[in-house]
Amino acid sequence: MPTETLAYPATDPAREDRAPRAITTRREHTLEIVSDAGEGAQKCGQIFGAVCARMGNGVWTVEIIPAEIQPPPRIPDGASGYRIRFGTGPVTNWGDETQLVLAFNEQVLLARHRLGALAHDAVILLDDCWASHPDEDVQRAWRDALDELGTRDYRVILVPMDEQSRAIVDNPRKGKNMFALGVLSSVYARDLDVVREQIAQTFRTKSEQVYATNVALLELGYRWADEHLDVRIDVPATAPSGPMVVMNGNEALGLGALAAGFELCAMYPITPATSVSHFLGEAFERFGGVLHQAEDEIAAAGVAIGASYAGGAALTVTSGPGLALKTEFIGLAVMTETPLVIVDVQRGGPSTGLPTKVEQSDLLAALYGQPGDAPKVVIAPATIEDCFHVMVTARRIAETFRCVVFVLSDANLATGVQPFARPTLEERWMRSTLDLDPVPDGAKPFDWDPRTGLSRRLIPGQANGMHTLTGLEHDDRSRVAYGGGIHQHSSAMRSRKLAVLQSMLLPPPVYGDDAGDLLVVGWGSTKGAIEEAVDRLRAEGHRVSSTHLSFLSPLQPGLRAMFARYRRVCTVELNYSDEPNDPYITDESRRYGQLAWMLRAHTLVDVDCWTRVAGEPLRPGAIAAAMRLRLATLLPTGDA
Amino acid sequence: MSAGPVCPILCAGADDDRALALSDYEGATARWCPGCGDHSVLTAVERLLVAEQLAPERTVFVSGIGCSSRFPHYLKTYGFHGIHGRALPVATGIKLQRPELTVFVVMGDGDCTSIGAGHWMHALRYNVKMVAMVLDNGIYGLTKNQTSPTTPQGHPSNTQPRGTYLPPLDPIELALGVTNASFVAQTAEWVPAHLFATLRAAYHHDGFAFVRVLQRCPKYTADIYQIAVQRPEVLELLVHDDGVVVPELERTYTRRLVHDPRDLARARELAMPGERIRLGVFFRDASRDRYDLIRRATPRTTTERLALLDAELDAHAV
Repeated sequence: MPTETLAYPATDPAREDRAPRAITTRREHTLEIVSDAGEGAQKCGQIFGAVCARMGNGVWTVEIIPAEIQPPPRIPDGASGYRIRFGTGPVTNWGDETQLVLAFNEQVLLARHRLGALAHDAVILLDDCWASHPDEDVQRAWRDALDELGTRDYRVILVPMDEQSRAIVDNPRKGKNMFALGVLSSVYARDLDVVREQIAQTFRTKSEQVYATNVALLELGYRWADEHLDVRIDVPATAPSGPMVVMNGNEALGLGALAAGFELCAMYPITPATSVSHFLGEAFERFGGVLHQAEDEIAAAGVAIGASYAGGAALTVTSGPGLALKTEFIGLAVMTETPLVIVDVQRGGPSTGLPTKVEQSDLLAALYGQPGDAPKVVIAPATIEDCFHVMVTARRIAETFRCVVFVLSDANLATGVQPFARPTLEERWMRSTLDLDPVPDGAKPFDWDPRTGLSRRLIPGQANGMHTLTGLEHDDRSRVAYGGGIHQHSSAMRSRKLAVLQSMLLPPPVYGDDAGDLLVVGWGSTKGAIEEAVDRLRAEGHRVSSTHLSFLSPLQPGLRAMFARYRRVCTVELNYSDEPNDPYITDESRRYGQLAWMLRAHTLVDVDCWTRVAGEPLRPGAIAAAMRLRLATLLPTGDA
Repeated sequence: MSAGPVCPILCAGADDDRALALSDYEGATARWCPGCGDHSVLTAVERLLVAEQLAPERTVFVSGIGCSSRFPHYLKTYGFHGIHGRALPVATGIKLQRPELTVFVVMGDGDCTSIGAGHWMHALRYNVKMVAMVLDNGIYGLTKNQTSPTTPQGHPSNTQPRGTYLPPLDPIELALGVTNASFVAQTAEWVPAHLFATLRAAYHHDGFAFVRVLQRCPKYTADIYQIAVQRPEVLELLVHDDGVVVPELERTYTRRLVHDPRDLARARELAMPGERIRLGVFFRDASRDRYDLIRRATPRTTTERLALLDAELDAHAV
């Protein structure tokens, strides 16, 4: 079926006889804006997403990031942009295919097309300036691209973005994005006052002139679309039940760190974690803290450990390669029982891997990265809202249990933007634990409660508490000691703390019925996509439920009993596992997803897994398809 | 020594009526080999603690890994015996969080100039107030006789049995080359009076005081400074009112050179390898930027932070 191309009426923009604009109402819609890097599609998308949130829609956004900072213009690999899924109710994941795309040139559009990101009947709004470009190669590329796009049922609508923008700016590369924002605001009937407010907020550090130009472009785009486009999609909003805030996951981690009372963050630049420190670097100036950019990842861990040892609430923020470098210091924090919070915003690995792309591949490294037995707590936020609250939990556990706490976020949460209920702040979250009261002479630095392994921390400044912490094995007075069963005992004390913490946790809630054919188990940022897939499968009549783990170490209690109520248990993860039917892959050789690996050992249940490392978040449709295949292999149970 | 009023930031003298004696600072019995230079350094440090009446609970010794890094265990102050090469980041963290604590760092030559060399260079540049000593015996002792970056050329070891291949890295030369370094001194374990005077000058320096202590390992490098031990004229003392002056040494060490520690160019010339071993303060400039002072955060009360956080949430409000 040929692509339908709608040329806008070039000569008579205000003609009265055009077809009335039909309004389509949808419960949700997914759109994306793509451009060359530097043309501002991301800024346009961020503003649009924030506007949707402010108008009361549920929103989930994803950045489309080129591999290079400034790739050459007009190449598919250089596509930079923003994807927004918004709806009447809450939106918990990025969804499946894009239904409308606004592209600044046909090459970046091709990238999205070739990736299969676009729905077969997607509406495409495309800048038309390339059709008549003076360079014949550009014209040819344009025609070839439209031919390639013509193999699908897309509806391509040409938009004179470049030409129109020239009425306001000399260089449309710096301005088209606000024209595009106007077009989209018209298509989706956004409240222009809200859009203008959001522009003001976004460019608050820029001059009044910048604001005025951007608003003029916005209004021009809006007017043009009103007059020329017959596409109009309405996604009604529902009024939220209480005050809401909107931000991305890294901002939420940063805000959470402030709410949790962290005073020092030591880091080294690394994608996709760095923006946490951008946020904290600015905020600490006002909040009275220190963002220390260390000379390397190792030193960042060391500075955080030093600050924590000295009684401060300190964290370090990193991603996979940085985590690898911090390994030895993490072991030291475990051994000296120095509280330490490590935020790992996971990306694709191993090695430098896929710096900007999401993956959940650091779970086992977080758990087992240290030589020797090094028990640690690992928590994974599943939503942007979790990213805020997890920091409070992490600090509390690190200090109470004198332990290392990993917060495993990922690139999907880092840049995803979602509205959530405004947190109710509590003063006790940020209270300092610094206690410099003298202790009785002879106080032990590891005065382990023999049942729990818990002990009171002595902090420099406390009279009579003097001792030397050491990474060597030591007795309860921190004296270097290897013999007499000391290593056995202190290992038990460090390990016992996890069991004590586990005894305080609740089993994870089940989404769906508490028994059935298939239980899907996930962790981290995949929660929304998994639950949407479960919804679809259940609507089809399948007996599918899911559960989502927020604690990976210690694992939440009750898993074995829960798993026993389902005929099959399968993890869904964003890391690599062997496909059962691939060459050489047998029951004995198959390497499982990282959570599956843990759950199999922990529960002795034959947990299956379905994992992908596509460098993008999981799609609910793909999860549902994979689970259908698993359900199909189950024999009927008759009266079940 | 009576304790006078103290500045809570720059100096951690005991601000109470305690008269602290040597025994107040003594920790576990040192287990270094007899004749190890580390003993001399420990003695000098204990002397310094008594002389300055440093409150043991507000004094922290941070070390890495190696023979010398056992140092904190032998004192009754707070101590952090960390991992190989990484004492300086830990010390930096302590000072950023608690500027009022007095921090000493004890490293070996492997710690400082090899596995932790990256931190060393940056610590010199950060210029955070602390005393950082490298107890440099030119060999890996704890792991039994491997070449270190400061092992004299030709000196055989278990890893370079035909003799160390390359000329040794000179920590003084390197330290003097680092931008914003503010105190660079060299002393020797076999000249205890000079060792004490140098550590005392380092302690009083407002910034990162780097002190290289020349040492012998009685087991593996017993003879590397033999010529200097036997013939005092091989040593040249750098003397200046702004550096280290030890009158009691003048009869033994007749070779003295007046060197103004503010003269960086001259300091670099003096640090070049030559026939003499120079002890003293090569460079000192207390006016250099201090990261710990620059980064001093204005403390906020919990109430203030809550208000700021509320405003931050307002900015993100839907």
